[in-house]
Amino acid sequence: MRDLFAVVMMSGIFGLLSASFFVAMDAVDVAFTEASVGAGIATLLMLTAVTLTGRSEDSERHKPMWALVVVFITGGLLIYGTLDMPYFGSSQAPVHLHVAPRYINDSMQETGLPNIVTSVLASYRGFDTLGEVVVIFTAGMGVLALLRVESRPGIDQTMADTIFYLMHERHLILRIVTKLLLPFILLFALYVQFHGDFGPGGGFQAGVIFAAAIILYAMVFGLPTARRVVNQTFFRLLAAVGVLLYGGVGVVSMLNGGNFLDYNVLADDPVAGQHLGILLIELGVGCTVASVMVIIFFNFSGRREFP
Amino acid sequence: MDIIVNMSSALCLLLGSFLCLSGGVGIIRFPDFYTRMHAVGVTDTLGAGMILIGLMLQNPEGLVVLKLLLILVMTIFISPVASHALAKAAFRNDLMPLSDSNENKEGTESSIP
Repeated sequence: MRDLFAVVMMSGIFGLLSASFFVAMDAVDVAFTEASVGAGIATLLMLTAVTLTGRSEDSERHKPMWALVVVFITGGLLIYGTLDMPYFGSSQAPVHLHVAPRYINDSMQETGLPNIVTSVLASYRGFDTLGEVVVIFTAGMGVLALLRVESRPGIDQTMADTIFYLMHERHLILRIVTKLLLPFILLFALYVQFHGDFGPGGGFQAGVIFAAAIILYAMVFGLPTARRVVNQTFFRLLAAVGVLLYGGVGVVSMLNGGNFLDYNVLADDPVAGQHLGILLIELGVGCTVASVMVIIFFNFSGRREFP
Repeated sequence: MDIIVNMSSALCLLLGSFLCLSGGVGIIRFPDFYTRMHAVGVTDTLGAGMILIGLMLQNPEGLVVLKLLLILVMTIFISPVASHALAKAAFRNDLMPLSDSNENKEGTESSIP
């Protein structure tokens, strides 16, 4: 397929379909993440990337044969690697003998959270999640370093107003409905953020939903208006603060005499400490994810604005 | 009483599924972009709404109804607006609707951007 727009749309549809089969397999948290990240914001960011780079693939600049050889070798190695793995669904697999029973039986006593996925993600595997947040933060920093758009003096207040009103008639229905829905989207993001301990949700999904609301506003009301509403410096700061909060919780737990990211020592009662730690690190994840998505979108589309 | 609620719920679910299915048939069978979008845009809102109402009747008390109601309100807002935005985008990109009197009958497909 040469049309990159179609490719992006196909990948979005694939994301939504995989979200539905995750639901069918009872993995609602994963499905939620896949629907919001894979089908939602990733598609959107890919679309902004396509508007930057052009819609169709360049013809025959590379040698497909070499790529095919590499793909075959990698695929062969991967299949060779799976030979050692236990059979799919086997009850004797190590994960079912050692790790999973501990999570399923003891996580309620140890962390006091009904949603096992959150306690695994934020507490048992807190270090992995820290790595994921740092990866997202690094992506945001990379975009800022390579594609950063300074708000140029060329567009001033009056010009922004003119653009705003020119677009007003054209997007009247979209604007009114967006205005109506935005508070609910933001409220839902907060609900997902803070209800993640008890139901499906958490920092990643909430951050993406929050960013989606801001991106929707920017798309419907125009970038100059959105820039006035959304302070870019604040979001850059927020991205760093999220990672700092996450790492800070780890350092504080070390200062209190535990291991890095060992929340038991954060409060007098271990379960209360777990609650506090998980809430704080989910907040850090949400801040970083939301602000990095907003940073990426604004810098991609701002580059389109001033070619 | 119970049987009435159950029957009406089943009726709503069936009707909703039928509407969604007919929308799916429409998107395959209809000739051009606008008619296809019309088929989906109209049936999808009503179909999803009927399914949600049927689900509400399945469990007529508690938090579930509230959540389903919220989803229903969101669907009623978002689905027509999405169709509107799609149609408008297509129209602004000079995709002409297919009609019998239209002379560029062959040209319509190629003008899809």
